[in-house]
Amino acid sequence: MIAASVFDLPSYVQHSYLGLVGEQLKVSLGATAAGLLLSLPVGQACARWRRLYPPVLGLVTVAYSIPSLALFVLLIDYTGLTDTTIFIPLAIYSLCILVPGVVDGVRTVPREVLIAADAMGYGRARRYLQVELPIAAPTIMAAVRAATISSISLMSIGAVIGNLGGLGQLFTVGLKAFNLQLVWLGLFSLVVLALLCDLLLRLGQRLMTPWADRRSAQP
Amino acid sequence: MSLVDYIRQFFADPQFQHGYDGIWQRIAEHCWYSLIAFLCAAAIGLPLALLTGHFGRGDGPIAALAAVGRAMPSLGLIVLLAVKIGVFNFYAVLIPLVALAVPPILLTTHEGLRAVERSVVDAARGMGMRPWQVLLRAEIPSALPLILSGLRTAAVQVVSTMTIAAVIPFGGLGRYVVDGLSEYRYYEVVGGGFLVVVLSVLTLVLFAVLNRLLVSPGLRAGNRG
Repeated sequence: MIAASVFDLPSYVQHSYLGLVGEQLKVSLGATAAGLLLSLPVGQACARWRRLYPPVLGLVTVAYSIPSLALFVLLIDYTGLTDTTIFIPLAIYSLCILVPGVVDGVRTVPREVLIAADAMGYGRARRYLQVELPIAAPTIMAAVRAATISSISLMSIGAVIGNLGGLGQLFTVGLKAFNLQLVWLGLFSLVVLALLCDLLLRLGQRLMTPWADRRSAQP
Repeated sequence: MSLVDYIRQFFADPQFQHGYDGIWQRIAEHCWYSLIAFLCAAAIGLPLALLTGHFGRGDGPIAALAAVGRAMPSLGLIVLLAVKIGVFNFYAVLIPLVALAVPPILLTTHEGLRAVERSVVDAARGMGMRPWQVLLRAEIPSALPLILSGLRTAAVQVVSTMTIAAVIPFGGLGRYVVDGLSEYRYYEVVGGGFLVVVLSVLTLVLFAVLNRLLVSPGLRAGNRG
């Protein structure tokens, strides 16, 4: 007989462990990806028109300072108690972390390289995809890793407003039931998940930019 | 009803105008506990980072600590300590808040000192300054914008995490959010959320003012060559 494992959650959690992990990954990684997609054009615009950057940076700093719980509850009126209510704030926070990263990344591209690409007949789109993005990639990826880690840990706060927040529910349910084991499981899983995603992103970055200086991969 | 209507309803409700659940009372609680946590974190993080930054040691461990700090779910830490050492216990809130606020202070202060140009340090030394004078009169003033930005990140994080402390249950503005949710009074939830947003934006403003007052004009972004 195998003893009941730590991962067999008591029935009052109303989810399986893997279900919670899946939800956690789906929402937090999805939100980070959405933030990345939005931050690329915004960052590019800020790098191109320099005067745009200070106001955007100010806006991003203010938005990032808004507590996640406050954003969650203010959104309940519009999106209800659904994953969207968690997804939107996480995407906003990711955007806030990523925009400075993208701007710094794009600024690391030397002018001469751009001129050389133009001289070789690269069109704007091709120059962007094949020259600018790869050179900016290490800096952008550092920001992507920070955004991913913070999305994963921030999402757990969603559990405060209801049956949301992925693994964060282990905290709220654990508190109600005074079940320390659930709380430990939640903490452990979230930290491992965050560090695992970080590791995978680091590996991905190595594969994508094998020429990059190893030291620039540091956070 | 729009959010504005909810907020208006919240401020009009006599229940929240005075007494233990009054708005000013909750704001005072929130600020007071946040301030204590922030000062503890600064008292731990600043001296440590000033030492590591000055001597140029510990880049790796500090970066790793910052990553772990970012990955650490605050709700989990608060609940863990609440269940372990008892709800209604300030330490169950204080310890996680400090644990979350120390890494950003540590990282940015350390990086700020490391980023001070060598020529500035050399010049200070050449003028005959002792090592602690170099730290106090050359390194810290040059690194001040970054040091302040680390303190700002920590302060904002403390103010927002303080909201979550209401789940264990503890005072502060998070009370409105948690109580409102459990009693289906959505206007109370929105009102609490609104006040928290105001408080964190005010924290940012405070640090912008500090930046203006303390940072040497020569170092401000706009005035650089």
